[in-house]
Amino acid sequence: MSDRLSIVVLEQNSERARLIADSLGAACVCDVHVLSDVTGIARQIQMRQPDVVLIDIENPSRDTLEEMALATGPLERPVAMFVDREKDGLSAAAIEAGVSAYVVDGLQPDRLKAILDAAITRFNMFRRMRLELAETKRALEERKTIDRAKGMVMKARGVSEDEAYGILRKAAMDQGKRLAEVAAALVTAAGLLS
Amino acid sequence: MTERVVKVGFIPLVDAAPLIVAQEMGFAAQEGLQLDLIRTPSWSALRELLSMGSLEAAHMLAPIPIATALGLGGDKTRFAAISVLSVNGNVAGVSGALAQRLRENGHTFDFQNAASAGQALLSAANDTLRIGVPFPFSMHTVLLQYWLSSLGVDALEKVEIKTIPPRLMPDAIKAGEIDAFCVGEPWGTSAVENGVGELLLPTQAIWSFAPEKVIAVREDWLAQEEQVAHRLVRAVWRAGRWLADPASRPLTSELLARPEYLDLPAEWLDRPLSGRLVINAKGDERDTNAFLAFHEGAATFPWKSQAEWIGSQLARRHGLAQDAARRQAANVFRSDVHRAALAQTTADLPSASSKTEGALGSEEGAGSVGGRLTLARNLFFDGQIFDPNAGE
Repeated sequence: MSDRLSIVVLEQNSERARLIADSLGAACVCDVHVLSDVTGIARQIQMRQPDVVLIDIENPSRDTLEEMALATGPLERPVAMFVDREKDGLSAAAIEAGVSAYVVDGLQPDRLKAILDAAITRFNMFRRMRLELAETKRALEERKTIDRAKGMVMKARGVSEDEAYGILRKAAMDQGKRLAEVAAALVTAAGLLS
Repeated sequence: MTERVVKVGFIPLVDAAPLIVAQEMGFAAQEGLQLDLIRTPSWSALRELLSMGSLEAAHMLAPIPIATALGLGGDKTRFAAISVLSVNGNVAGVSGALAQRLRENGHTFDFQNAASAGQALLSAANDTLRIGVPFPFSMHTVLLQYWLSSLGVDALEKVEIKTIPPRLMPDAIKAGEIDAFCVGEPWGTSAVENGVGELLLPTQAIWSFAPEKVIAVREDWLAQEEQVAHRLVRAVWRAGRWLADPASRPLTSELLARPEYLDLPAEWLDRPLSGRLVINAKGDERDTNAFLAFHEGAATFPWKSQAEWIGSQLARRHGLAQDAARRQAANVFRSDVHRAALAQTTADLPSASSKTEGALGSEEGAGSVGGRLTLARNLFFDGQIFDPNAGE
């Protein structure tokens, strides 16, 4: 094994791939190669013979990697999913962050730890960003639904905007539901009746 | 009573139906359970989440817990299969180009005869026949290897089996990476609908009663949570019984089609549930008998002999000792847990936990606790009989 570690990162998003490669480059003496095309990944990985393969847990192509764990030919290197439950919970942290590592047999644990730590930090950041984005989107959609429901109440009962909002909020409190849920129910029901 | 929440992982496939129905139709609630159904992107991720404790139970390919027990595939966790979730339900299909060659050679796509379909497939292929499967440890792989190797001593040498996630299968066919595929529904139907492939054979033409998915749990979890495991088995068993009623089918397709489950057109899902499949873009249909069973013929019972057959096949392909592999495999299918869970229900359970596989030419009564059990047809296409009491 040469001194420089070879790492393959499977990542379709080029911006994310660049950030991961940067983090890893700073954390270890290694060559990072990004594969973004999901077709033919088994062949490409076999060609590169990496020491470590990192993949997003959400990536369905993970199952293709499983085949490499079965490599038995003389030129093929066994790659196993990295699981160490006993030690420092590193793989648990990795899964939590949403990254899975496949590691060639015999890689020194401390070298692996540096790589995984960097990957975990980076993936945790991605996950936070994804959650925030989803949260923002949801809030925006809820606001739209509430506005539509408000409009319906105003029209049907001939009340002001503030009064309509009050009616919806009271209905939500009475039913022990969130305002957005009550609004969504009203919009759906109105859709069925129109 | 507060419900015990159980985190259950599933892969978006039609045969996840018993878990989805158990939750949606109230069979879980009847047992005081609430199934938190978590859709996972791959079999490796599912196995990993179960192994690390993020999930308590999982919809799993029957060979995965067995392969793990045999030391194949990296993960060292010990899993137990406490129920069979479904029997049969996969299809083998071919690319448009290969379908064309098969037709030119006179193949009729009868969708029944595994021997003639296999011969036609092998002779129509070029040098290498590349077949995509969803996972190395799957009934897809096991049955394909069993089927094609039975057709000639060297048949497997010209076959290359590649793992490709079903969702990416159409791209792999278009890119010329594979010539054929074997997938669980709705992915065969999806290949037809997307115009990339045609269906050749349902896998029950290879083995007419093949356990497909199981409910897998960790062995240590089972030891601690036996009562929860029993409640889960009962809830899913009742869901299977409900699914076996043809009147449940329209609602089932609608439930499965929801965005949080399969997120696909209900009309596609109705085909595997009814067993009437559209096999090509022209709309030719084929009726199959028992395409996907959730209940009939004690479908949920995890027979030790089924596990042994799978273990024996895996051992053959991976160069392991037969006897040990069969013993380890048999330990994974927990007929004892299944039996204990259903003891106080109306389920009629077989008296034995192991049977001769491949020896039932038609439905037949079987020794059971209640005396009313009928086992389904159970034959291998090449007439082989697997006797768990006999050595290799």
